Amino acid sequence: MSLDKSDVEKIAHLARLAIDESTIPDYARDLNNILTLVEQMSAVDTNEVSPMAHPLDAHQRLREDVVTETDQRELFQSIAPKTEAGVYLVPQVIE
Amino acid sequence: MHNKTLSELSALLHNGDITSVELTKHFLNRIKTHNGNLNAFISITEESALAQAAAADKQFAEKTAGKLTGIPMAHKDIFCTKGVRTSCASKMLDKFIAPYDATVVEKIAASGMVMLGKTNMDEFAMGSSNETSFYGPVKNPWDIERVPGGSSGGSAAAVAARLTPVATGTDTGGSIRQPSSLCNLTGLKPTYGRVSRYGMIAFASSLDQAGPMAANAEDAALLLNVMSGFDERDSTSVERDVPDYTANLNDSLEGLRIGLPKEYFGEGLSPEVAVTIEAAIKEFEKLGATVKEISLPNTALAIPTYYVVAPAECSSNLSRMDGVRFGHRCDDPKDLLDLYQRSRGEGFGDEVKRRIMIGTYALSAGYYDAYYLKAQKCRRLISDDFQQAFEEVDVIMGPTAPTTAFKLGDKTDDPVAMYLADIYTINTNLAGLPGMSVPAGFAGGLPAGLQIIGNYFDEARLLNVAHRYQQVTDWHKQIPTAFQ
Repeated sequence: MSLDKSDVEKIAHLARLAIDESTIPDYARDLNNILTLVEQMSAVDTNEVSPMAHPLDAHQRLREDVVTETDQRELFQSIAPKTEAGVYLVPQVIE
Repeated sequence: MHNKTLSELSALLHNGDITSVELTKHFLNRIKTHNGNLNAFISITEESALAQAAAADKQFAEKTAGKLTGIPMAHKDIFCTKGVRTSCASKMLDKFIAPYDATVVEKIAASGMVMLGKTNMDEFAMGSSNETSFYGPVKNPWDIERVPGGSSGGSAAAVAARLTPVATGTDTGGSIRQPSSLCNLTGLKPTYGRVSRYGMIAFASSLDQAGPMAANAEDAALLLNVMSGFDERDSTSVERDVPDYTANLNDSLEGLRIGLPKEYFGEGLSPEVAVTIEAAIKEFEKLGATVKEISLPNTALAIPTYYVVAPAECSSNLSRMDGVRFGHRCDDPKDLLDLYQRSRGEGFGDEVKRRIMIGTYALSAGYYDAYYLKAQKCRRLISDDFQQAFEEVDVIMGPTAPTTAFKLGDKTDDPVAMYLADIYTINTNLAGLPGMSVPAGFAGGLPAGLQIIGNYFDEARLLNVAHRYQQVTDWHKQIPTAFQ
């Protein structure tokens, strides 16, 4: 299948990416080229193959349920674009 | 001073022939002289480097210094360094001061090494030429009109020009090995899970792995000794003892079984590079190894599979860059959606946006089975090929990259052509295997690397194989004229 202008706009919206109207044809061309490359996967039959998520088939470790992290709010918020009274500020979302 | 191995530098420091402050200043001066041309460093941390060097000298005075104490190094700017800008070569993180150290940074600092600065790279490690960096491309010291490879291009150029004795890199699809090949270095991507990913800014979490970039195999072994090990802060880190990677460097290669995958020597490989690699293989036969042709039949699936897995994981990983908690934020957002969209639209470069969009599409409702799940199945096939091969051979050899360094700008208009630069390296990442690139000679005056791939946790053997080769060849000792 081939992506058109509206597909690219939809994907950009899902990804929360503002892209310039004028660059959409370029993105559509590049994304289609990449998808054409990716389509080569369909040449192989994988019906009987189990998917591989981790090269060593490891599984998640469990640990004791104890506090390991200390409160570093000030340090972490010192690199935030906008904070006030210990909270992150964003444009108003509730009227 | 800048042409010495880590062991030689260590001996000089321990004998009191030079201080760490003197050595550090020597490399800082080289960076100041050459970085304008090469653009290998994004940040030079002179002040903290001299402080670390002074602390190292104190350890020498107190006789508490270790093997690597006082020796300078550089980190790829993908590793979080507390109090130091960690940009990942993106406008998004141009002003990001990491609030903590990556485990790799912590371990290397604990060994007493001195960080000279943070090296340039492709933005978020997405690229094979170092041309996607927000801070501009890195130049290849062998020919400054050519790329150093990527994504660890800054680390590669910095070690190749001897602006630092060693550097760290990361490898998601070839980002340590391909630039090592293009810049005449010895670079190793360890087994997935060998080195902690904590504090290493994530690109594709199931593929990313950090490793050393060095002038020779012994140096790489010494750095890998320090970088490796289990870390409970990385859930994919493997609980397994770390051997001394220098212990077996001199083992004989008599009887070593080398496999040459026929798929690595076919169409697409530059004839000049092929000649170089074939000559390298002959050296191994002289060292007592046996060579046989093998097949990795699903090799052609590697790039298509990778360009689903890596973008899918990156689209998820990079969703944390939202303009709220850290990183770039647009001016005057009119609402929350506008804040997200414009902050991300302005903060990310073109290649990053392309990959986020491919990944978003592949993971969107209705497409998961056709793309990500299919790719994970292809990944299994690729991995099975290797396991079958390792029943017959000990290591696999071939070219690291299909060509030598290409010209800046040659492939920037065609993402798919750029992707093919990693055709021989990507499948190792998909399988999670360790792989290495070793200087194997020159084609048209430019370096070409031999790739050596081993089975899981066989890093010591790869280093042994590389080291023995470096005892009978001197390709790795070649330094570009302008930087001798």
